[in-house]
Amino acid sequence: MSAQTQSKTDFSTDPNANKGMDFSTDAYLDMDLLRFLTCGSVDDGKSTLIGRLLYDSKSIFEDQLEAAESASLSRGDQRMDLALLTDGLRAEREQGITIDVAYRYFATPKRKFIIADCPGHVQYTRNMVTGASTANLALILIDARHGVIEQTRRHSFITSLLRIPHLVVCVNKMDLVDWSQETYDKIREEFEEFAARFEITDITFVPMSALTGDNVVNRSQNMDWYQGPSLLHHLENVHIAGDRDMIDPRFPVQWVIRPQGDEHHDYRGYGGQIASGVFQVGDEIIALPSGMESKIKSIDIGGVPQPLATPPMSVSIQLEDDIDISRGDMLCRPNNQPTSGQDIDAMVVWMAETPMKVGKKYTVRHTSNEARCIIKNLNYRLDIKTLHRVEEAEDLKLNEIGRIAIRTTKPLFYDPYRQCRVTGSFIIVDEQTNNTVGAAMIIGETS
Amino acid sequence: MTSATEPTGASSHYKLTHLKALEAEAIHIMREVAAQFEKPALMFSGGKDSIVMVRLAEKAFRPAKFPFPLLHIDTGHNFPEALAFRDKLVEDIGERLIVHKVQDLIDRGDAAEDPGPFPSRNRAQIPTLLDAIDKYQFDALFGGARRDEEKARAKERIFSFRDDFGQWDPKNQRPELWNLYNGRHRMGENIRVFPISNWTEMDVWQYIMLENIEIPGLYFSHKRDVVKRRGQLVPIGDDPFGPRDGETIINCTVRFRTVGDMSCTAATDSPASNLEEIVAEVAAARASERGARMDDKTNEAAMEDRKKEGYF
Repeated sequence: MSAQTQSKTDFSTDPNANKGMDFSTDAYLDMDLLRFLTCGSVDDGKSTLIGRLLYDSKSIFEDQLEAAESASLSRGDQRMDLALLTDGLRAEREQGITIDVAYRYFATPKRKFIIADCPGHVQYTRNMVTGASTANLALILIDARHGVIEQTRRHSFITSLLRIPHLVVCVNKMDLVDWSQETYDKIREEFEEFAARFEITDITFVPMSALTGDNVVNRSQNMDWYQGPSLLHHLENVHIAGDRDMIDPRFPVQWVIRPQGDEHHDYRGYGGQIASGVFQVGDEIIALPSGMESKIKSIDIGGVPQPLATPPMSVSIQLEDDIDISRGDMLCRPNNQPTSGQDIDAMVVWMAETPMKVGKKYTVRHTSNEARCIIKNLNYRLDIKTLHRVEEAEDLKLNEIGRIAIRTTKPLFYDPYRQCRVTGSFIIVDEQTNNTVGAAMIIGETS
Repeated sequence: MTSATEPTGASSHYKLTHLKALEAEAIHIMREVAAQFEKPALMFSGGKDSIVMVRLAEKAFRPAKFPFPLLHIDTGHNFPEALAFRDKLVEDIGERLIVHKVQDLIDRGDAAEDPGPFPSRNRAQIPTLLDAIDKYQFDALFGGARRDEEKARAKERIFSFRDDFGQWDPKNQRPELWNLYNGRHRMGENIRVFPISNWTEMDVWQYIMLENIEIPGLYFSHKRDVVKRRGQLVPIGDDPFGPRDGETIINCTVRFRTVGDMSCTAATDSPASNLEEIVAEVAAARASERGARMDDKTNEAAMEDRKKEGYF
């Protein structure tokens, strides 16, 4: 296999590659941000794809290329290993695997991109879930020679579980199947059939070869039967502004800003990040859990007034009335409130070596709130390979997913995860080790 | 503050640019640390990243004072311009600065100069930092490190835990999901927090431009005495930063992409004299920012090793 050698040659001989993007100052200041997730294993050509995106957008520098080259040579490789550009930790380099989520960055004049590069194997489900939690879009790689495999189904399921709004299925290595439309159509059909069971609203398919660059940045000359955009064109243009919930105002209070000293002695601001919805000066609000109502007197960032705030802005809000509010409280609208409750039904991904035990007490962190909880019930474990429910399950082990019922020591102010990822998610913390051991997505109240 | 906080480039208040999204994330992280820890501090070097961190702290906590001091680990190898800038900034913002000196630990015998004729003080920074943590009982330290700087950083969490010895264990990191940060820690443990983890060098420069943030003149082109050493332009100053045997001092127009110690920061041959020109230069650059840091070149896993020992 000469994949890496060849891809390197491609990079250095392509006269249009790595010329640099034309960033005018104004354009750069008008860019938005897309966070996406790549899932797949080394064999899918994921490293090659990321390498090409980074290289073609000029995000790999010469000294980094040289470092990867010399590391390959000193390890005795015959060719430069492109994975060295992306696999950061020494343990990973020595074992030739990717064990943790790595974040990569590139930008085009239209957008800045953050890639959460996740390992693909089943034992790294927790890493993929971690990367997925902040992503707006997921890239799933399929090797055109192998079609939809168990791993593809698993990755698609996690994408839907974490409610990543956009999915791109990259049917890669088309060069190895003679750029065959028939092969591509068959894979696409198969994928659509099983994905119909998941809640994925936006799926785009791109036939490509990361190795040769076909349909990665530029449209392929080899697949004139494909009329869609190249991958990068899609990443630059997919509509993400609509992913934000502008309807349901939720503001978890993170920190109370109360200056000492005479100059600002009347200032009492509530610092936090807008979870969803729009807050405007003059809006009527209610504070939870107290139920006290007031109006927004001002919104500012670092003392500079703002007329309104949308997610995910971090702002400071002052109210007309002096009511008692502290960290963990939530501001919302009197006629649009989250559920306030202690009995919660949720899907959980277990992330620790020590299994989750029914009846055990943990700490939960939810928005800016913290509470203790007890796991009251494990309804079922979901077999991530078959997607069957295993109702006789007694615990959840590392990387297992299940539906649980918890009771918290005090009310949480939450929405279903499908409505709001911020107010609908919580993490579970082991009280002995202080480790984050579970990631949970709220379904609703337990019935 | 006189900064521009209106969304830029668009008439709508609803549009969120990438810089505003990154800013919002950083402010959230800073407030989370203030709420979850007893004694945080903000590592301040006088470099552009830590200057941006100060601006972000203003956004998070003004009109109140910062709920933490600034901490400078002073290697004694600083550019004089960087120190002058530091002192002026601290006075302007009216915040507390703690300076902890590598030289004091060397004098006490608690840190040693690296062997060799022209040692860098990178390694001696480690015991100095740990000594400051011990003395002031800091449980959280903000750092301006970014994940795009170096491969070992690409996998580091925003809340990065250190044990009693200040060591980082890359294989035993806490999962970090959504915007939920788990800061629970035992006595003696502390964390390093990187609010601008997701920023790139380009983002930092653009933010400096957008916010009109003052930075040391070292970043802009100026005439300076340098020598060519191992293919790099090395600044020449007072002893011990004079020229070595056989080196010829040349005076040329340079600037610095990164401001570290004089002993290990190379200059860039560049005419960029304002932020617009710097941004254009960064966009066209062929070498990474840390490529100008001689300390990372020692070996391929250099950064990972130093991090494990407690380096930032």
